[in-house]
Amino acid sequence: MEQEQMAMLQKIGEARFTCVELGLYLDTHPEDAAAMADYTCYSDKLTGLISAYEESYGPLLNFGQCNMEAGSWVHSPWPWENV
Amino acid sequence: MWIYEKRLEYPVNITRPDLKMAKLLMAQYGGPDSELGASLRYLTQRYSMPDDRVKATLTDIGTEELAHFEMIATMIKQCMQGATCAELDQAGLAGYYVMHDHGVFPVDPNGVPFTAAYFQCTGDAIADLTEDMAAEQKARATYEHLMNMTNNEQLLEPLYFLREREVVHFQRFGECLEIVQGIANGRSSCSCRNARRRRP
Repeated sequence: MEQEQMAMLQKIGEARFTCVELGLYLDTHPEDAAAMADYTCYSDKLTGLISAYEESYGPLLNFGQCNMEAGSWVHSPWPWENV
Repeated sequence: MWIYEKRLEYPVNITRPDLKMAKLLMAQYGGPDSELGASLRYLTQRYSMPDDRVKATLTDIGTEELAHFEMIATMIKQCMQGATCAELDQAGLAGYYVMHDHGVFPVDPNGVPFTAAYFQCTGDAIADLTEDMAAEQKARATYEHLMNMTNNEQLLEPLYFLREREVVHFQRFGECLEIVQGIANGRSSCSCRNARRRRP
């Protein structure tokens, strides 16, 4: 995996993690407007990062979540393989 | 419905085989307090929860645990990568090899296979959430024991991350327990779309 691809995955990982963490907090505090604003901000950022990544390196999400060119889901690296 | 994302929640890249740790990591893959047990426990218990906030928490934490199950599988796989039969034998993995080769099967470090008997679903929200809080603490303790058994930085980094998640999940389940205790004591109203329909 090239350096640029790893750097993009790292950024996606950071934004996704922030969304997971804020999402869990919002599960028990659904009325917290400040947390919801933070969540929306990172969610927008994550969507942009994933689109940019998928354009260069193929789909991260399947089942209709992204544009999947023939074979690109199957042949891109699987996460448990060494990078 | 679930959607798979083709990446790990936190990076794992172990470049040197480490069979001692491959065997020990199985505690968190197929043991009683494993990530698999955690995920199935929460995803099973959510159907009998009386409050939407608690249903959401169990669904989302149960889902995150599946991502941790995948991280542990990746760590075990990479720790066993390229190991010979003699090396596996020396590490106490001969029996594992005979049954599973280099596959990643949910057993504990002693070879005991995973079972649904490791978790409960009593249908009682207070009992189940109390179990969930204990489960997070047991998993945290197990991660600390694993970290005490290695100096391998490539393993310690993801283990630190996973340990920290147990602490956050414990916090969220504590809030869930307060919510259902509040409902039981009549202190707060149930946050549930169908609550009115259920009451006479």
